[in-house]
Amino acid sequence: MADIAVTSIATPPSRLLAGLKRGGPRLWLGAALVALLVLAAIFAPLLAPHDPLEQDLMSAQLPPAWMTGGEPAYLLGTDSLGRCVLSRLIYSARTAVMVALIAATLAAAIGVALGLLAGSFGGWVDQFISRLIDVWMAFPPVLLSIVLAAVIGAGLTSVIAAIVVVDWTRFARVIRAETMVQLTRDYAAAARVIGLSRVKLLRLEILPNLVPLLVTLLAVEMGIAILVEVILSFVGISVAGDTPTWGSMIAEGRQIVYQAPWIMALPIVCIITSVIGLNLFGDGLRHALDPVQRS
Amino acid sequence: MTATFTVEGLKVAIGAANVLRGVSLEVQPGEVRGLVGESGAGKSMLGRAVLGLLPANAAVTAGRIAFEGRDLLAMAEAERRRLLGRRIALIPQDPMTSLNPVKRIGAQIGNLLRHHLDLSKRTALARAAELLTEVAIREPERVLALYPHEISGGMRQRVLIAMAFACDPALVIADEPTTALDVTVQRQVLQLVERLRLRHGSAVLFVTHDLGVVAKICRSMTVLHAGRVLEEGETANVLTRPRHAYTRALLAATPRADRPAEALRPVPPALIEQLWSEAHRLDDVAAVDAA
Repeated sequence: MADIAVTSIATPPSRLLAGLKRGGPRLWLGAALVALLVLAAIFAPLLAPHDPLEQDLMSAQLPPAWMTGGEPAYLLGTDSLGRCVLSRLIYSARTAVMVALIAATLAAAIGVALGLLAGSFGGWVDQFISRLIDVWMAFPPVLLSIVLAAVIGAGLTSVIAAIVVVDWTRFARVIRAETMVQLTRDYAAAARVIGLSRVKLLRLEILPNLVPLLVTLLAVEMGIAILVEVILSFVGISVAGDTPTWGSMIAEGRQIVYQAPWIMALPIVCIITSVIGLNLFGDGLRHALDPVQRS
Repeated sequence: MTATFTVEGLKVAIGAANVLRGVSLEVQPGEVRGLVGESGAGKSMLGRAVLGLLPANAAVTAGRIAFEGRDLLAMAEAERRRLLGRRIALIPQDPMTSLNPVKRIGAQIGNLLRHHLDLSKRTALARAAELLTEVAIREPERVLALYPHEISGGMRQRVLIAMAFACDPALVIADEPTTALDVTVQRQVLQLVERLRLRHGSAVLFVTHDLGVVAKICRSMTVLHAGRVLEEGETANVLTRPRHAYTRALLAATPRADRPAEALRPVPPALIEQLWSEAHRLDDVAAVDAA
């Protein structure tokens, strides 16, 4: 049929570049902060100027190098036992990143699975999972981790377990709602009409559409996981012994906050920067990935 | 010869409201049948019932839908899924939203082919490129690597048409495939449907409210109103000698260049009931006017 016009398509601009552009400064700043955090955690032994556990009581409570009385060897000063604050901050990032990654991933895995189930089956399955979420959400994570610490002992495992047990609900609830929305879309109906089973429909069609949302949730969850770990190590039921953590540094600095305020202030700055970095990164990624934003 | 597709006395209810009230129709192998009616006549509901897409609050209360002699409503879910997409296919109404926004065109056609025909990934992609060529898309390999938002609405509709005919279906249900497109593209789409159905030997149930479209491509037609079949027959006969007042009103409401169109006179449901009970004998427009 000659009169069917043969359409040609303009070459679209690079998708990667377009995505980066949509992400904007949020994406850049967030990525830089997250990269800083992750690199510090990975290369802690190389970056830290001192052993974080090495005590030097002769040079205790030294102020940062640029203040009067500071020493160039201890860039950010020392704590009450003469340990290098900079090295301890860098090593603390390891604990924070580990908790954030493991806890957020596990919480996401459980939450997404149950959210998809609830959102796609509806009926009593949905009722059951939704009520479970309600009950679970009413339980404060810090309280739960204290209970867990009492039962299975303090340590990273109980911190991670506590975060996962409580925070899967955050994923489950949002994924459930979004699954329901996606299932009403025409493309989902079209996919059912080509004979896909429910499992295939969810895996091949729905799940890829949830990725932008999931990325944001993951980033936010990692920030929350870092905060929970800080709280728990502040009260002393996170990692055992003298492994440095931001929370324990704050706890130690609190006692001498009038003599050496930087010991408490510096870990707080690290925490705030990490959480803001993660949130910005998640937000930027969502904008970069979101199909709705695509023209 | 068994009909490809038979609907017998189908009744569908949403809550207390009866949306389809005993619809019967038949599509022979290779036939193109138009299913026309105004909004709310139940034509989309019929298509949805066939495809198992009825909304959760709707239920089939009576009747039978048979595909090649097998009862679609009675068969097991897994068996029906094997028919859908392969033997019964849908050309959806809105090309803008009926493709998955986050998957490449190639992946979407490829999935369909692999799901039903058990092809390897590479063969499926090669076959997908052939299908795109069939619907007059140039540089099919390049289009396969694009996302739906990167191609125009007309192209998306062609991709959907290619997908509908991909597995040589016996029946294609076209659910107002031209409604969301502008007029110049509509014609191309109609020609494509016509060409592909001939090539793949499929029957088409063309759901539309556009009598012009029906006149162009459907050999036979069924007029639906308020959940009932008012009239059916050869398109030429129905359009030139409409037996029923409603069909006449529908025709008069079709915009044409040579005369001003009349607004479609709504037919009161009570009157339809009366017409129905009098066994299609009331052919007089006067009856409508008097009401």
